[in-house]
Amino acid sequence: MTHSGSSLPDLPNCTSTAAPMSEIRSPPPDRVLEIVLENVLHFLTCRRDRNAASLVCRSWCRAEALTRSDLFIGNCYAVSPHRATSRFRRVRSLTVKGKPRFADFDLLPLNWGAHFSPWGSALADAYPWLEKLHLKRMSLTDDDLNLIARSFPSFKELVLVCCEGFGIAGIAAVAANCRLLRVLDLVESVVEDADEDEEVMDWISCFPDGETHLESLVFECVECPVNFEALERLVARSPYLKKLRLNHYVSIPQLYRLMHRAPQLTHLGTGSFCASDDVAVGDQELDYSSAFAACKSLVCLSGFRDILPDYLPAIYPACANLTSLNLSYADVNADQLKPVILQCHKLQTLWVLDSICDEGLQAVAATCKDLRELRVFPGNTREEAEGPVSEVGLEVISQGCRKLQSILFFCQRMTNAAVIAMSKNCPDLVVFRLCIIGRYRPDPETHEPMDDGFGAIVMNCKKLTRLAVSGLLTDQAFRYIGMYGKLLRTLSVAFAGDSDQGLKYVLEGCPNLQKLEIRDSPFGDAALHSGLHHFYNMRFLWMSTCKLTRQGCQEIARALPHLALEVIDSQEDKADDHIEILYMYRSLDRPRNDAPKCVTILQ
Amino acid sequence: MATMLAKEHGLNLKETELCLGLPGGGGGGGGDTATAETPRATGKRGFSETVDLKLNLQGNDTNKEDLNENLKNVPKEKTLLKDPAKPPAKAQVVGWPPVRSYRKNMMAQKVSTEENNNGSATTEKTTSSAAAAATTAASTGGSFVKVSMDGAPYLRKVDLTMYKSYQDLSDALAKMFSSFTMGNYGSQGMIDFMNESKLMDLLNSSEYVPTYEDKDGDWMLVGDVPWEMFVGSCKRLRIMKGSEAIGLAPRAMEKCKSRS
Repeated sequence: MTHSGSSLPDLPNCTSTAAPMSEIRSPPPDRVLEIVLENVLHFLTCRRDRNAASLVCRSWCRAEALTRSDLFIGNCYAVSPHRATSRFRRVRSLTVKGKPRFADFDLLPLNWGAHFSPWGSALADAYPWLEKLHLKRMSLTDDDLNLIARSFPSFKELVLVCCEGFGIAGIAAVAANCRLLRVLDLVESVVEDADEDEEVMDWISCFPDGETHLESLVFECVECPVNFEALERLVARSPYLKKLRLNHYVSIPQLYRLMHRAPQLTHLGTGSFCASDDVAVGDQELDYSSAFAACKSLVCLSGFRDILPDYLPAIYPACANLTSLNLSYADVNADQLKPVILQCHKLQTLWVLDSICDEGLQAVAATCKDLRELRVFPGNTREEAEGPVSEVGLEVISQGCRKLQSILFFCQRMTNAAVIAMSKNCPDLVVFRLCIIGRYRPDPETHEPMDDGFGAIVMNCKKLTRLAVSGLLTDQAFRYIGMYGKLLRTLSVAFAGDSDQGLKYVLEGCPNLQKLEIRDSPFGDAALHSGLHHFYNMRFLWMSTCKLTRQGCQEIARALPHLALEVIDSQEDKADDHIEILYMYRSLDRPRNDAPKCVTILQ
Repeated sequence: MATMLAKEHGLNLKETELCLGLPGGGGGGGGDTATAETPRATGKRGFSETVDLKLNLQGNDTNKEDLNENLKNVPKEKTLLKDPAKPPAKAQVVGWPPVRSYRKNMMAQKVSTEENNNGSATTEKTTSSAAAAATTAASTGGSFVKVSMDGAPYLRKVDLTMYKSYQDLSDALAKMFSSFTMGNYGSQGMIDFMNESKLMDLLNSSEYVPTYEDKDGDWMLVGDVPWEMFVGSCKRLRIMKGSEAIGLAPRAMEKCKSRS
């Protein structure tokens, strides 16, 4: 292509001193390849594939970086905002995750970090065309939300999961300024409510007049009343709205009105699902089931925050089409559940409270043959409580729901036999999380540890990638995990194991382990040391109230320079040398400078 | 490590076959019992356990020691349920079970309103009067109060009925606000109001003290009334520097004196 002249015909009107073709026409060969590559790489959407492609050579790395439009940052401290924005120049959608999961259970000091601000300013500079922002366990202020609202004219989607630090004012800024907004999802986030004497801001009224682009509006976690009239008007002028999840300040008569305004809804969070206080008894009772009949496209129902079970039958018209049902805030017993669940033949996802008892689980097993995900939450979290669900419920589910892929099950008693049965009946399990609330509790029938049950899970469920263990567990359980848990990526351990050997089994045996969170287990420095070969491949390791010492952690820090070891400890002098919390993660940049006093970062 | 695994492959696979009983004789502590350290962690509470709060920890230590005894003597056979000889109901371990506070709060509110409506008994069984007192407190309704700490950017909400004593509350608050340390409390876990100089020491320090707003709208130092009374009358908590709380002391002492 670059040979001058030889294979090209003489063109009329072309002077004999024409420049060689290479200068006029074709770019240099490596640049051509890059252009081809960029065009091809546009088709690669999966980030793991893209990561692999970027490792081929420098030009592939460059081309991939220029074509990646969805950027996923699994740990906000693994890489600085500057580094991320320098490498990836054309990002339209960004996901950032902050705090480790155990922060949800109050194990991390309040002001630990995961501040969004540095990311905010970097994004505003680098990606003025940003359209989507997904944040999980990040700390962001009203100012941050203001920045987001004003910096990105094409902004379409804001999803905040388990975030905190902001209030209504921030949400209002987004509503008011993001004219192209399609998705505003606030999920399990703490929205600071105003003091009682301050007026609550009416953020719903901040959406601009006229037709909106809204497709999803989720605000179940916003703990303050909304202006219902404004909400109704908003819904009426949002023809694309498919997902609407209301907070518990919306009463059932109000829900009724909204549903009739938006019969095209596919996902509905029902708010309180009870009458508001100022409705007198004997007021004209609306036919709520007509609303559910009108919304013919409903596939996902949630909410039911303050439900009066009498109203539950209203959802019957929707049951046959439901693929997802979340009753986990509803104190519903077996008899109240049965008439509903017996109609839900297509159900794939079910979240419930253990108030439904083993009997309720039996009804689920009998009907929901297509169930993929089940979560059973505890109504009472005290360790001495008698639990309404048990091994009976688990076993029944395993027999009825053979396609189960993901289970989270809280209970007060569980047997190895039932867990083994599930391992055999549900070979498609990808996520198995069993939480026996009483710590160190053995199998109540055999008085054995729960080792064999969990062993069977890792052995028989060959697709398992996420596991959470509980009950009385010895090192043997970890031996099984190390031996069979070859695909395991996430492991949660609490109050388990006998010695360092337990952790060693896991670190040496599980090559795909990415996230390891351990609390209150007797694993020490020697155990930690056995993972040196693997730590760079992990997103993080959390160990709290174990037997680690500062020296042990320091050795790891010395051995692995790109690892940040955060030792979180109280200031007091202690009798022993054990540290309270180790939070360890790989990082390409210098240690963060926004940590509170109680955090020491070893390097 | 690699040798461990190699050894295992050479072993008869029968040994590793899963069955309900303990496999072979080699299960349980694995091959390293010689090097194994003392039995598993005894359910220490996370963060707060190591904070020396200078409080009388007697009550809790008794519980811990009993639990230790149980573990050492009967490691595999303990049944923690319904044993009348076991110590009083344990205080809640921070962050356990792993249920998000968001959900815990929801459910606690729900349970309390239900009990207010139905007057039904709680489902838990308790074996001592101390725990029974706590149960009573729980059944009178969840008591959510805002907690703020001077200098901390965020508010928290706590359910006072989840705690059985000032010690519990202090531990939980210490957890939430990591740089917070409670000052010198007396032997009952309450501020010794009769001892003016001790109180003045505390209030002159730069340590933080918890204060609360009671039903009358007065701001008081936490610890001046019996626990149950406190749960009933506390509307809001604020953790402030001892030096700032100094104005509260006279009022608190007045109320205390007028009571006695």
